[in-house]
Formats: sequence, structure tokens, C-alpha cells
Amino acid sequence: MNRRTNRLMWIAVVGCVMALAIGLSMYALRSGISFAMSPSELKAASVEPGQRIRLFGLVEQGSVKKGEGLNVKFTLTDPEEAVVVEFNKILPDLFREGQGIITEGSLAADGVFRADTVLAKHDENYMPADMAEKLKQQGVWKGEEGAGK
Amino acid sequence: MIVELGHLALVLAFALAVVQSIVPIWGTFSGDRRLMATADTSSLGILFFVTLSFGALMWSYAVSDFSVVNVWQNSHSQMPFLFKLTGTWGNHEGSMLLWVFILALFAAAVSLFGSALPPSLRANVQGVQAWLLATFLLFILLTSNPFARQEAALEGQDLNPILQDIGLAIHPPMLYLGYVGFSITFAFAIAALIDGKIDSAWARWVRPWTFIAWTFLTAGISMGSYWAYYELGWGGWWFWDPVENASFLPWLSGTALLHSALVMEKRDALKIWTVLLAILTFSLSLLGTFLVRSGVLTSVHTFASDPTRGLFILAILSAFVGGALFLFILRSSRLEAGGLFAPVSREGALVFNNLILSAAAATVLIGTLYPVVYEAFTDAKISVGAPFFNLTFGLVMIPLLIAVPFGPLLAWKRGDLLGISQRLMFAFLAAILVIILTGAFTQKGQWLAPLGVGLAVWLMVGSFAEVIQRAGLRKATLAVASRRLAGLPRSVWATALAHCGIGVTLLGIVCVTAFETETITVLKPAESVVVGEFSLRHEGYASRTADNYSERSARISIFKSGEIVAVGTPSKRFFPARQMPTSEASIHTFGFSQLYLALGDVEGDGNVTLRIWWKPMILLIWLGTVIMVIAGVISLSDRRLRIGAPARRKSKGKAASHA
Repeated sequence: MNRRTNRLMWIAVVGCVMALAIGLSMYALRSGISFAMSPSELKAASVEPGQRIRLFGLVEQGSVKKGEGLNVKFTLTDPEEAVVVEFNKILPDLFREGQGIITEGSLAADGVFRADTVLAKHDENYMPADMAEKLKQQGVWKGEEGAGK
Repeated sequence: MIVELGHLALVLAFALAVVQSIVPIWGTFSGDRRLMATADTSSLGILFFVTLSFGALMWSYAVSDFSVVNVWQNSHSQMPFLFKLTGTWGNHEGSMLLWVFILALFAAAVSLFGSALPPSLRANVQGVQAWLLATFLLFILLTSNPFARQEAALEGQDLNPILQDIGLAIHPPMLYLGYVGFSITFAFAIAALIDGKIDSAWARWVRPWTFIAWTFLTAGISMGSYWAYYELGWGGWWFWDPVENASFLPWLSGTALLHSALVMEKRDALKIWTVLLAILTFSLSLLGTFLVRSGVLTSVHTFASDPTRGLFILAILSAFVGGALFLFILRSSRLEAGGLFAPVSREGALVFNNLILSAAAATVLIGTLYPVVYEAFTDAKISVGAPFFNLTFGLVMIPLLIAVPFGPLLAWKRGDLLGISQRLMFAFLAAILVIILTGAFTQKGQWLAPLGVGLAVWLMVGSFAEVIQRAGLRKATLAVASRRLAGLPRSVWATALAHCGIGVTLLGIVCVTAFETETITVLKPAESVVVGEFSLRHEGYASRTADNYSERSARISIFKSGEIVAVGTPSKRFFPARQMPTSEASIHTFGFSQLYLALGDVEGDGNVTLRIWWKPMILLIWLGTVIMVIAGVISLSDRRLRIGAPARRKSKGKAASHA
């Protein structure tokens, strides 16, 4: 095998493998992603049942209701719109009413958002920046502004 | 006063770094040895001043000087002393100082241990390292001064409770030694491109530095994973979080670099690719730094973000990566192609390794950056979760994992696949046996788990084929064989151990993914719950108060076949200074497996929700990485891989004799 065919062969192999890896990534990205939305955006968008969504907003005061066992329901608001969220696992340490949180799950046919993950953090790091901005403008932001900077 | 001295030392370090950025490289162009040699002194000076500065910040943390803004924001007078010290780098400013300290450490190490390097290469390496030092020192001085003062406050705002853990003492320094340590391979690549001399001797000099960085990075990532596992209370050990990916990407390309530099050293081939990898590896470190500190991506790790810092780092990133790649394109055409080799050969196997690792890194990079790109184009926010990475990264890596045992057995230039397959037959049979055994114990339809276990065993056993072959274990007597084993080059042992470590980690991952069980239950005192072969009884609550937090825990007795084997105390802590609660999981080890208890909220009526995981073989995940780290240390101790490697001419003769 001369140098030229050798090089061509390797270039072909490299090209094929990289194309496969990128193709696989593109394929996986079609189903592996979830959109992040506020309750208003969720109401406005046409979402298929079962599609994975990250829903973020504030836990409405007085909305947390414990059910049987671990079942818990609460309302997320942004605050123009509100969505009821149902969750069946242990809530994170920092989950509180009035707190900004992110939930992950899908919208059920009855309009209740069934979450399998709830994330909470004590500052805006866990909130998309413009969401925090929006909340600050409306004066409902309860974060420790300026702290930790 | 000490604080101001720390600040001053930082300015002096910056000034010295600027000098070192210019003078030694000027020396190589004008051929002036004295100018080149200044770098040996100035790099020690930079290290001295950066250490002084770092020490000053640590001192103000140790004495809780709340007139320093950084200390006030991230410390508390009642914290244990160790956490006061480690709090130094538990924030953006302090961790940047640690970053620069490690840059300076590696620059000084080249001065101290690089005496065998050709003077012009050494001067250029130190010059390039000084560019990095000057840039990042400027970044600290302009945007992230840790020594800013304020009116002294009475009490600090406390360190984030999650960081009040021994993990903070170990994880960031280890991780940075790896992550930032790759700066020196970057400097070697740029220096060689400036110099125009890139040959097998260069690869020989770069390899030990790559080993140092790789070993620390492996330890750092592994330590971080274990820390997240026991501290966060979610029972997970890897989240494909953007910041985890940011440290994993340099690991993947650094691993590729280790392998391609081997080809370059022994066979003088893959030169262009190896230099490119050295550049890319540190570029990925820089990209990670940008992602963590700019706030572009949301992650559990991000520091409070500040747009000016993000822009500054983006500028650094573009300048260094862009400049390096430009120089690379200018110079790479001058590189001559090296020796030819057949597809089935040691070289071929190492190229395959590089190909797959690059493809795997590409998928992780796509998944990490996709949300940023997507938002820029469509304004919609998305996140890419674990399913994406498990599918793409997992699938891409499988061919490589299958191929690993073949690699070290193949001869250079042209290998004999059939002969090697025969030597690997015993590993193959062991894997088949394990697949059948595991298959018998798993439920029908679950064929992935037995195959995964089989692949892990194939790796673990097959990795030692070279050792067995070299020692002639099959034919020789025990005495002869053990003498041969002891006489094997350390690099052979290191290769076998590192590959075996991958297998051990894989075994842990497969077992815990396939066979873990999770039980969530509500318990009152005196009630019991059965989890697998264990029975857990709630014995009541206890409270205690520590210096900077209060704690409430449940006492859980753990029974196995009627006998008590452990008492768990999962608890909730509350840190008043930050008004922040944390969970402390209670973890019990049985062999390599663990029982993991985490507490939910305690209700008014004495009920508590308890989350119980059975994590079979989970410790193997980290044990495998420990084996890899040991392998890294063994290869560094190989006399053929000393940092002060022999000079160019001599090393070529040696390389040939070992090829």
C-alpha cells in the first residue's frame, strides 16, 4: 500500500466515524431534549401529552397540598398563569412556598403537570436569567438580591 | 496589612509574567542564551509571589477577617478550621487564584525539572506558560479581585453548607492540577510550533507532563463524583451536568493525547494530530472555565455570574484557541509524514482509540453546547438530559471497550490479529461464562445487563494478557515466571492496570444501573420496612446543635436475616446564617455495595419520608478510577518516562531499541 492510498483510507475511516457520531447525536437530540417554559408559555404552546418539559416558576403561597403517602400537589405561577404540578417523590431541601423552582416532567391530558424531578436553589442560579428578570420587575422576586456576588 | 501585601504580590507576579512572556522567546529568536535562561528565575519568582498572594487570602480566611469582602461573603467565624481554610477556593475569586497558582506551579516545575530539555524549547514553553499566567492574573486583578475591602462586618455570610465538607479540600485542587495542568502540554505544543522542531523526542518530553495532568484529572473527577454521590442526597454519581462535562471533555482528549503521543514517540507518526490534540485538550479546559464562570449554562456548579467576567474569559478563550490553531495551520504543512503502518497494527489500534475518543468527546460537546446554540437561534430554552448522553456516548464507546485488550498485544507496523485472538481466548471464555451466569440471575428480556457485565470482565481479564504473555506464564516454571513478572517494564504494568481499571469502573456502572433498587416510604417511629434482604426499623428521632448548624436525625436500625448489622442516622441540617437546609445521607457499605438512606421532611405526627437505595457494586465505579490513578503513578515512575528525559539524540536511540 503506498502512502497516498493509506492516507485516503484513514481519511475515509475518520470521516465515516465522525459522521456516524454526529448523526447519532442529531438523532438523539430529537427526543433527548426538553424545553424550558414558564406556565404562561406552557399555556400558549401546543404541547403533546407525554413530551418532556422543564417547567419553572414560583410555588404559589398556600398551594402545597400533601396527599396519600408521598403524593404532593402545588401550583406553579409566573404569576400571570398557573399550572398545578403533581409530584410523588421527596421534595428537595430548599423547596418552599414562594420559592422559585424548576420541575421536569410532562403535561397530562387532565391539565395537571406530572413532575418526576423538582429542583430548587436559593438564588437565581437555578432560574433562567430572563425569568428572574421578569419576576424582579413584577416585584415578586424573593431572592437575596446581590448576595453571593 | 497582610491582605494588601497579598494584593501587591499579585501585581508583582503579573509584572514578572509580562516580562517572562517576552524575554525568553526574544532570546530564542536572537539566539541569546542568557535571555532564554531568565525564564528559569522569573518562573520561580512568579510562583513565589502567587504563593504569597494565595497564602495571604488563606490567612484572612483562617482569622475570619470580615473586612475582606470575599471572606465576609464565604465564611463564618463558627465554622470548623478546616472549612475556613478550604473556603478560600470555594468561591469564584479564590478558585481563580488557585487556577493561577497551578499555572505558576507547572511553569516553575519546568524550570526545576526540565534541565534536559533543549534550551530553546524550554524557553519557549516557559514563555507560552507566562502568556497564560499574565492573562489570567490580569483577569483576576481587573474583574475578580479577592482582596477587595469593605467596612469590617461582625459576622460572615457563611460558606455554602454543601461545600462544608472534606470534599472541598480535595476535589478542586486535584481537579485543577489536572485541568489546568494540561496548560503545560499546550505550552509544549505552541513552543514546538514556534520552534518548528516536532519529532519523536518532543513526544517523549510531553508524555510525562500529560501523565501528571491526566492522573490528577482522573482523581479529581472521580473524587467529585463520589462527593456529589454522598453529599447531595440524590444517590446519583454522575449527572451529565454541563460542568461535569466540562471536566470530562479534557479527560477524553487528554486520554487520546496519551495514546497518540505514544505513537509519535515510538514511530514518529501522527505528529500533526498529536500537536493538535495537545492544543485541543487545554482549549477544552478553557472552554470549561468559560462555561462555569460565565453563567451561559445553568448548572449546580456555576458561580454567581457576572457578564463582564464571561466576556473577558470568552476573549481569552478565543485569543488562545484561535491563535494556537492559526499557528498550527501555518506550521503543520512543514511537518513530514512519519512511518507507514497497516490498519491492523499497534499504530492502527492507537489511531482507533483516538478516533473513538474524539467521536465520544464530540457527542458530549454537542450535547453540552446544543442548548446555548439553540437558544441563540430560536430564543427557546432547552436542556439536554442524561438519556441523550447515555445513548450517544454509550454507543460510541462500546467498540473501543471491545478493542482495548487487543491493542497492547499488537505488534508495531503490522499485527497478527488471529494469533492475538488466540491469546485472548481465555478472556473471551471468561466473559461468555459471566454473561451466561448473569443472564441466569436477571429477569427475562434484560439482555443489556449481562452483556455489560461480560464486557467489563473481558476488559478486566483481557488487560492482563500482555503481562501473562511477556512473563510466559503458560510454559515457564513459577520461579522463572515471577522473576520475569518483576522484571517487566513498569509501563507494561501501568497499561494493564489502567485498562483493567476501566473494566472495574464499567462493572460498577453496569451493576448499579441495572440492579439498583429505590424504595420511598413513610415511616413512623417503631414501624419497619423491608428492602431486599434488609429490614429497616425506625427507632425515633434525635436532635443536636453544632457550631454553625442544628441537626435533626432519625435513628434507623438495619437488620439482615434477623440480626442488626448497622444503625443509620440520616439527617437534616439547618444553617441559620444562610437560612439553608441540607440533607445528610446515611450510607452503609456491604462489600462493594451500599445501602443509602436519605431523609425527607418530618411531619407533625411523627411520620417521616425515607428514601432508601440499594446500590449494588457501586464502589467499583471509584475503585476502578483508583486503579487508573495508581497506573498513572506507576508509569510516571518508569525510568523511561522521567520528566528530565534524556537529550534528543540519545532518546532516539533508546526509542528505537524499545520499538
